[in-house]
Amino acid sequence: MSNEVVMNSIVVRLAGDSGDGVQLMGSQFIASTALSGEDFSTFPDYPAEIRAPVGTTFGVSAYQMNIGANPITTAGDAPDVLIAFNPAALKVSLPLLDKGALLILNSDSFVARNLTKAGYEKDPRETGELDGYQVVSADIGRLNLEAVKPFGLSKSDGGRSKNFWALGMLMWMFDRDLAPIEQWIRTKFAKLDVVRDANLEALHSGHAYGETAELSEAIPRFNVNVAELPPGEYRGISGSEALALGLAAAGELADRPLMFYSYPITPASPLLHRLARLEDLGVGVMQAEDEIAAVCAAIGASYGGAIGVTSSSGPGIALKTEAIGLAINAELPLVIVNSQRGGPSTGLPTKTEQSDLYQAVYGRNADAPLPVIAASSPSDCFDTAIEAVRIAIRHMTPVILLTDGYLANAAEPWLLPEITSYKAIESNELDSAAEDQNGGMVAFQRNTETLGRPWIAPGEPRRMYRVGGLEKDIRTGNISYDAENHQLMTKLRADKVVRVADFIPDQDTEIGLAQGSVAVVGWGSTHGALYQAVRRLGDTRVSHIHIRHLSPLPKNLGELLAGFDHVLVPEMNMGQLSTVLRDKLGIEPISLPKVTGQPFLINELIAAIRKQLPGPNVKATLSVTQGDRE
Amino acid sequence: MSTQPDLTAKDFTSSQEVRWCPGCGDYAILKTMTQTLAKLGVKPEETVFVSGIGCASRFPYYMETYGFHTIHGRAPAVATGLKLARPELDVWVVTGDGDGLSIGGNHLLHALRRNVGLNILLFNNEIYGLTKGQYSPTSRLGTRSPSSPDGSIDAPLSPGHFALGAGGRFFARAIDTDKVGLGDVLRQAHEFEGAAFTEIFQNCIVYNQDVFASFTDRKTAAEKQLQLKHDEPMLFGTENKKGMRFNPDTFSLEVIDATEYPDQVLVHNETNKVIAQLLLDITSPMALGVIYKNPADSFEQSWYAARGKGLERKRSVADILRKTDTWTVS
Repeated sequence: MSNEVVMNSIVVRLAGDSGDGVQLMGSQFIASTALSGEDFSTFPDYPAEIRAPVGTTFGVSAYQMNIGANPITTAGDAPDVLIAFNPAALKVSLPLLDKGALLILNSDSFVARNLTKAGYEKDPRETGELDGYQVVSADIGRLNLEAVKPFGLSKSDGGRSKNFWALGMLMWMFDRDLAPIEQWIRTKFAKLDVVRDANLEALHSGHAYGETAELSEAIPRFNVNVAELPPGEYRGISGSEALALGLAAAGELADRPLMFYSYPITPASPLLHRLARLEDLGVGVMQAEDEIAAVCAAIGASYGGAIGVTSSSGPGIALKTEAIGLAINAELPLVIVNSQRGGPSTGLPTKTEQSDLYQAVYGRNADAPLPVIAASSPSDCFDTAIEAVRIAIRHMTPVILLTDGYLANAAEPWLLPEITSYKAIESNELDSAAEDQNGGMVAFQRNTETLGRPWIAPGEPRRMYRVGGLEKDIRTGNISYDAENHQLMTKLRADKVVRVADFIPDQDTEIGLAQGSVAVVGWGSTHGALYQAVRRLGDTRVSHIHIRHLSPLPKNLGELLAGFDHVLVPEMNMGQLSTVLRDKLGIEPISLPKVTGQPFLINELIAAIRKQLPGPNVKATLSVTQGDRE
Repeated sequence: MSTQPDLTAKDFTSSQEVRWCPGCGDYAILKTMTQTLAKLGVKPEETVFVSGIGCASRFPYYMETYGFHTIHGRAPAVATGLKLARPELDVWVVTGDGDGLSIGGNHLLHALRRNVGLNILLFNNEIYGLTKGQYSPTSRLGTRSPSSPDGSIDAPLSPGHFALGAGGRFFARAIDTDKVGLGDVLRQAHEFEGAAFTEIFQNCIVYNQDVFASFTDRKTAAEKQLQLKHDEPMLFGTENKKGMRFNPDTFSLEVIDATEYPDQVLVHNETNKVIAQLLLDITSPMALGVIYKNPADSFEQSWYAARGKGLERKRSVADILRKTDTWTVS
């Protein structure tokens, strides 16, 4: 292999029309990456339209993946390899690439009509604008059609397997074993013999192309270093999968059914789809008629003693807001998952943003606080889901769990946890002495530490109670319009959320010391980028702090942040966590907002951190920075 | 059905002071409800009343059962979620014409078309009571109210047509003060497995008094009410001298002299949707009782049938975590 490149990590971007099968190609490649022992992070970047007009830039669907030795925490800044299925895919992706990157272009599609649709006046391969890149033209479309010709498929049906042809070529470039993909194709198309065989043939043909064509000199082969992950059993996991499994695990830990009621919305729907397949795990799923019905049905399930969960994205959460207030007033557990997207209104449905933090923390009528927690990586969704259910049941309150479009779709390797290592989720016990004293309505005899009430459900004799949206007597639960009682109840609802902080861990740093010049503070899916930026910078004066519990904040957070000269808060909104920190801790953070719909790049974060640092780098000696790959 | 013969209407009455206006039709409905439940021998702890917002929606507070007074229009959605999680419970939904057909129209529509096993009671008084007398979606054309000083101009909705159009499989009507008729309808609703939708003509003594008097007045009741019984001829009037006949020319029902044309009097078949719709079109006499009843599997029955063993946990998350392609790092 004369043209082999050894790399510690590599960023590959696949781009094509929405109908080109790029997402499937990417996810299959990642499955093989995982099996070959490399760390990875992926990011699908797809348009809002299902099948946008063929060949247009707004119809481009892309799948970006960063693979290699650990730690890989983001899908990577600049792709090292781009496979572009058409001119529009090249046009959209080229600005992301640095010079020197490898471009593999599906040359069949570089015809006048497609060039015009992509907005090219001339073929970019001939204008010099690709100078400085390694350009490989491959007739992917034609070669694929030739390969599948024996199966007698129509031109359009035959063309469908070109993603497998390209995948075969990619597998050759990375010296991967084809067997797992062959197996997948056999299972997936078990009932469609011709499609199955055509896809297998395309895969092998693409692989053979790399092997035999004269181009094997031009196409480099990559030998990517294997990751040094902690020992244990792993699988690849997306945020949606992890969240679904985490919710199911929470049901198991609480030993109650988990009822998930939701209405389809981008980018939250994958969670609905995942949970719909987990019914063996004591999960019940219903697609409701609208967002309001979904949350109301979940509240109904909680009233019935099952764990009610609903899920949506920002606009849907807005619709659910009144019902969330009902759950607060009725003191019922409920988990509301928000897979955030760009907004306002319909906004950028397929693009990531963290702009619903205000909505989660402050966005209800009246004084209606609730706990808010956020997942920080695809696999972290598992623990976050369990934590959300635990808080909801312990304090008898709705909890908002924030994730986002990036987390929902991105994937990474996951060191599989032992379910037995998690503590059971217990509800507040009813004080039997209180029961004897009060007779009937004992549903509101709250636990003095959690302020959560016992979770009494229909079916229990002698404990029948009525509850609703009207203010209720703090003791009996009967309707009460008493002024003093409302004051007490409002305070109780606020105190209950404050009490959550008694049960959550102190805030720690992800990287770095507990004091210094700059604390880089983030929440949610920016974890990977922030972590990597601080790590690469390797300056002992800089620490990374990532907040899971956004309301209430960990008790020690104020003290921790006071140990730094500057608090830099990069977030994918206009500075919402900055506002919350200013509000709750009285500090003045430096906000670094980004709302382009794309994740933070590590280089832009490093530049922003450097701005706050006087003088040259102070090199870190902390162990966490060892093994840095640059 | 479980039986607890010792319970009386009083056992179903909560200690809460009832706060409807004196003379409100809701009192009569509440009384018939407690009596009916006692007679049916249901267990109070396995009975849940779910309501939305409005005068009618205070109902759960007055019942010594489980009760959930939710938010405006959403009771069918809350009740659906509850019924799916706890199919063995007897779940009643109490709503009104504004709550159920205006702000909550969508949820009612879907509860009916899914055939969720709920007993849905729509207290229709053709007015918004709790917000002080605005016209509602069932108010008649020209209803003068604080929000329609020149008379309402939107055509009223027919709850029965709405229910049948939505695919509802049980529709009945009763009058608030008609203890016998209402009690019978409540019993049949309770026994129906699926969404049983009952429209109760409820007199709002403050904002819409006597709006149904044309057929509820006891003096003229015989002439103005058609009490339907399955498999029995549609007779009414003094000594049942009148009957309903199908007119094939106009495709509608018409009143005939039953003594003169006894053979032409229609026999009520509650499973016939066409006849049900024709009955909904007539206002004099007003058709009462079970107008349409055509059982099919309820939503929760189908849902659980598709799942096999209900909500039981058949496997642990631990069992499936490792089912997908995994790899080991040593």
